[in-house]
Amino acid sequence: MTRSHRLAAAALAVLLALPATAQDAEKTLYFYNWTDYYPVELLAKFEAETGIKVILDGFDSNDTLLAKLQSGGAAYDVIVPSDYVIPGMIADGLLMKIDTNAMENYVHMKDAFKNPDFDPTHEYTAPYLWGVTGLAYDSAQVEGGVLEPSWKEYFEPRPELEGKIAALDTASDVILAASLYLGIPQCTESNDDAKRILELLEAQKPKLKLYSSDSTVDRLASGEVALHHVWNGATARATAQRDTIRFLYPAEGTPMFRDNFAVPANAPHPENAKIFINWMMKPENAAAVSNAIAYGNAIKSDEFLSDQWRAMEAINMPEEYSGRLVPTQDCGPAARELRDKIWTRLKG
Amino acid sequence: MNIRRFPLTREVSLFVLVYLYLPVFVLIGYSFNANRTATVWTHASLDWYVRILNNPSIRAATWNSLVLAVSAATAATVIALLAALATRRAFPGRNASETLLRLPLILPEIVVAVATLILFVAVGIELGLGAMILAHTVFCIPFAYLPIRARLEGISGSYEEAAQDLYANRFRTFRRVTLPLLWPGVLAGFTLAFVTSLDDFLTSFFLSGPGTTTLPVYIFSAIRAGITPEINAISTVMLVISILLVSLSFALTRLRR
Amino acid sequence: MSQSDTLRRTALMLPALLAILLLVGAPLGLMGWVSLLEKGSSAGVDWASAPSLGNYQRLIWEEDFDGTLLWNTNYLVIFLRSVAQAAVTTLLCLVLGVPVALWMAGLSPTGRAVMLLLVTIPFWTNLLVRNYAWLIILREGGWLGMAVDAIWPFGPVQLLYNDVAVAIGLTYSFLPFMILPVYSVFEKFDWRLVEAAHDLGATRSRALRRVILPVAMPGLLAGSLLVFIPCLGAFVTPALLGGGKTLMLGNVIQMQFGPSRNWPFGAAISVVLLAIMLVAMTALALWRNRRPA
Repeated sequence: MTRSHRLAAAALAVLLALPATAQDAEKTLYFYNWTDYYPVELLAKFEAETGIKVILDGFDSNDTLLAKLQSGGAAYDVIVPSDYVIPGMIADGLLMKIDTNAMENYVHMKDAFKNPDFDPTHEYTAPYLWGVTGLAYDSAQVEGGVLEPSWKEYFEPRPELEGKIAALDTASDVILAASLYLGIPQCTESNDDAKRILELLEAQKPKLKLYSSDSTVDRLASGEVALHHVWNGATARATAQRDTIRFLYPAEGTPMFRDNFAVPANAPHPENAKIFINWMMKPENAAAVSNAIAYGNAIKSDEFLSDQWRAMEAINMPEEYSGRLVPTQDCGPAARELRDKIWTRLKG
Repeated sequence: MNIRRFPLTREVSLFVLVYLYLPVFVLIGYSFNANRTATVWTHASLDWYVRILNNPSIRAATWNSLVLAVSAATAATVIALLAALATRRAFPGRNASETLLRLPLILPEIVVAVATLILFVAVGIELGLGAMILAHTVFCIPFAYLPIRARLEGISGSYEEAAQDLYANRFRTFRRVTLPLLWPGVLAGFTLAFVTSLDDFLTSFFLSGPGTTTLPVYIFSAIRAGITPEINAISTVMLVISILLVSLSFALTRLRR
Repeated sequence: MSQSDTLRRTALMLPALLAILLLVGAPLGLMGWVSLLEKGSSAGVDWASAPSLGNYQRLIWEEDFDGTLLWNTNYLVIFLRSVAQAAVTTLLCLVLGVPVALWMAGLSPTGRAVMLLLVTIPFWTNLLVRNYAWLIILREGGWLGMAVDAIWPFGPVQLLYNDVAVAIGLTYSFLPFMILPVYSVFEKFDWRLVEAAHDLGATRSRALRRVILPVAMPGLLAGSLLVFIPCLGAFVTPALLGGGKTLMLGNVIQMQFGPSRNWPFGAAISVVLLAIMLVAMTALALWRNRRPA
């Protein structure tokens, strides 16, 4: 019993000695971002310039973020939702108005990103990074070294690629790609459409090596797969390690995602949040993120873009492809249920 | 006592040891890999260990994990010990009690985690380390209980009877006779509870507040980008800490004999 | 049973009872209620919706793509597959774990302590990181892959992204949960009983069956329980090592609380699973009580 007593006492002492806001609680910022989606060195720079200490926690998907916010438990100051969940969040009253368009550094934003469809008055969000989901392939493992920019290479692959293809393990991404290939609307609620999609995916499944949304960079860079359904930033980072990797923007439609800063309605330090968001709109700070994480930003900061990324089509998208971009939409419950059905049948 | 040496047990045990340690060595080995991509080896380097020292997120996460595991395992072991003593002899309702004690085991953790979250928020318990300790203690109870119970069943009541015949009161009997006999079971229970809490993801994730991310939550969120050697490095460090902890507790046990 | 005995026993049980009732019972009750509700339009639960059994119906019947009502075999298949996987893992853990526990019990006290340490150490590494280590070992061109290819004459063996990999990974994760309880029983076992049996002419296997096994049963059951049940809800290892090609029960539940945002349905699945588990455990408890003490 003495030993358990000792242990309990030790634990208690440890708990009590926990650094309980040793610093000024006002000069804190709770930042909730996608993991590995922000260079920590930049946080140090922010603290040096403003005196505000940032505590960074990570999540892996919009659903995780939504779940945290909807249960009303944890209070973060700055969050990073993707475009398609924002209208729902605004409607549910989860976000605080921050009047982005009135902020000092708003002038630096590229016009194309101002007043987006998901936040038309730009009062709730500020753009962070954007990217696309396309196809990455290792030209060294492909005969001829070039693939057509089409989803066909993915859903009806060449014989030499069979068994060496990786799909994303996210239902929405895969089904969206299938919809674009088949010419079906993004949030279809039609059973016939769903059936066609399921047939396509079932035909593809035996030719895949695996489904995974994790460690995509490693998988490409190690040569484990020859073709990967993946985001452009991940491709760029993989190309930095294996220079035979190329990126495709499929012509039938390349899904685009735009991630944004937002402030939850119950944020404990809203003023600090606004300072941070404003600070992030400065060209050199936005560029620092792009250079570290390899995704494009919304600020006029091209002169800061590192040469390494400038040379890659994956990051520096050629103008002519902009017509292929398709923004992701938030589908209603009926469409989501249909997607569930497809996914469960596919993997059942 | 060579009837105890059953055939093949030694060979199987050696095979199992190899099986158990292969990934551990791979894990440790790659933490010294200079290449960032964990699956491609370039050359040896201590860089990653330096980086984790400078990575505030990993440091904070590790600290949270350790505090949580020690607190939860201790509380769970004490509770489980009391419960094991209570269920030792048959009484009406014993089966029901035992099923109740095993309840946290049979529930899908994600359901309990989300349900607990909603309950806490509704009642007004703030999310953070305190909430996490509460939840962890509960699901650690069965892990602590089972080894203690199994051990207790093997202890014949005659020792305690003898002690009581010699005029020891109940508490004294417990402290000087039962507990020492029970000790390996208690230790096994604490160990299981500690490991379970340390490795837990779902509950920690749903109940964590700002700044209370634990290591599994951090790693899980990070695998999107891939396992970096930093993660291998911190895992190696945790491993060393755990070995030291367990060795310490074992040494203490031997000293008491 | 004297009254002071009952009082004492209640007092001892109280902390555990309170903890479990408040932190497991209450949330579960809440979940049971949630399983009767509808999912919210964007949020997880629509608290204002009218309670119904719709979610449970969905598990059994569903509308096929052409509108006809079908027996829904999807979830049944997933459930059976999860059970099969958990059963295989438990079996493997028994086959590997019991000999180890036996051997450990036969060592010197120092040897036992060392082995106990050795067996538990690998589990102080994070689950995900361990799985990634297996990924490195099992992939094509990985060490084990190359070694097996050298021996196996029938062409390259795919050791990853299939059920074999998942079995290896799951067994790895749950082995100590089998070894520890079984060892705990063997260590206390009075081996003189075996000697006595031997003296009375029993062969080794007879002694094993009639003397050791009955006493070891609680440990074996405890270990099996500790392996089978968490294994049923496992989804990380099957996803990582199995290549995400099949859905396990854990995945389906997790999906409902994640991308599908259908918390009530997830709650319903969990309630059904829970009910089945309770029935199984009650049956086990009844069977155990019928055996002579």
